[in-house]
Amino acid sequence: MLDKNGIAKRIAKEVQDGYYVNLGIGIPTLVANYVRDDIEVEFQSENGVLGMGPFPFEGEEDADIINAGKQTITTLPGASFFDSATSFSMIRGKHVDLTILGAMEVSENGDIANWKIPGKMVKGMGGAMDLVASAENIIVAMMHTNRAGQSKLLAECSLPLTGVGCVKKIVTNLAVIEITDNGFKLLERAPGVSVEDIKNATQGTLIIEGDIPEMQI
Amino acid sequence: MINKKVANVSEALEGVKDNMTFMFGGFGLSGIPENAIAELVQKGVKGLKCISNNAGVDDFGLGLLLQGKQIDKMTSSYVGENDEFERQMLSGELDVELIPQGTLAERCRAAQAGFPAFYTPAGYGTEVAEGKETREFDGKMYVLEHAFDADFGFVKAWKGDAAGNLVFKGTARNFNPNMCGAAKITVAEVEELVPVGELDPNQIHIPGIFVQRIFKGERFEKRIEQRTVRQRD
Repeated sequence: MLDKNGIAKRIAKEVQDGYYVNLGIGIPTLVANYVRDDIEVEFQSENGVLGMGPFPFEGEEDADIINAGKQTITTLPGASFFDSATSFSMIRGKHVDLTILGAMEVSENGDIANWKIPGKMVKGMGGAMDLVASAENIIVAMMHTNRAGQSKLLAECSLPLTGVGCVKKIVTNLAVIEITDNGFKLLERAPGVSVEDIKNATQGTLIIEGDIPEMQI
Repeated sequence: MINKKVANVSEALEGVKDNMTFMFGGFGLSGIPENAIAELVQKGVKGLKCISNNAGVDDFGLGLLLQGKQIDKMTSSYVGENDEFERQMLSGELDVELIPQGTLAERCRAAQAGFPAFYTPAGYGTEVAEGKETREFDGKMYVLEHAFDADFGFVKAWKGDAAGNLVFKGTARNFNPNMCGAAKITVAEVEELVPVGELDPNQIHIPGIFVQRIFKGERFEKRIEQRTVRQRD
């Protein structure tokens, strides 16, 4: 089974040379730490920066340079700043190649719910609805089950949706799964996890074809 | 040169009244019009409808207007870094409309650019699209969203001149340029008000035509919401 860093490491392998990538808050943010350093990738943050670098050294924080999580950041050579409308032109206009975000639930047809739990304080969708409605390549990074042990991979989402039919791939602590027309297709198992374990933790239709290889991280 | 310079924040906010709709630039606490917010607190105007990506924190940004119960409605994409906001929202004192961040930006830009409405894919199939017109283009579904209609837009820039030209810094730019010219009156506060002619016309982010009033902010705290650093090796 993978921890959060393990999920991030596996997702980092999906990042290709020349990609512009938008990372959501949580596990997705960790992906930046594991991208191969022999490829060129630029990270976009929807509050208006392309070419995000690491956190600043102490004493070098700048209130005017933050990411979408409101954290102080730095920029790399070649970086640019822009306004919010331009930022979402990059997103809706499909100029961003890969979007990695977290989710509360994903359904077998690729619907995603990650912004609202009825009856609880709702903080808002931020840029998530724009991202999922437009991106061609969306990977969800999440734990396979919620804190109560219930599957987050469902036949149908029970929570209010963020977007419909948009998720292409899911990487969890247990598996790599592709969304197909017929349901969740199991591609890889996490180290030490059996196909049976994944079946038991998946509520939606799980397609298992042939031998399922273990993830290479 | 058409002079947009006003003496101070009080002159800049002339005409502000109860029950008006305001736009506020900023993302989190970065690039918020701190001086205009402080003056609105001072004036005590109430019943405000505010368009802003976020709602500040308890003791800073729009949180200050919430403390005085000056806001009736917030239109935002992400809120809740703020206990008082949560209390007022759950008790029903505060009306909150949550909309996708890109839609918020584009509703500002549409107002600035003279478009009454636009189609966006964001929110299609979700509760955000409920009651809204939808339409298919090339096999994909879109939601019709309308331009904002606001009385005042309060923005913050790094540098500006009396002609109203603005230059922003870093990610403090965010919604500020999109809100310029999107309300009936745009009020810009700047850290540095430089002599006309000093800003390179090639480097101006917002031409003065989109700004009605400009002043040098007396005080900028520029508070950091999430101070994150890495250790030196």
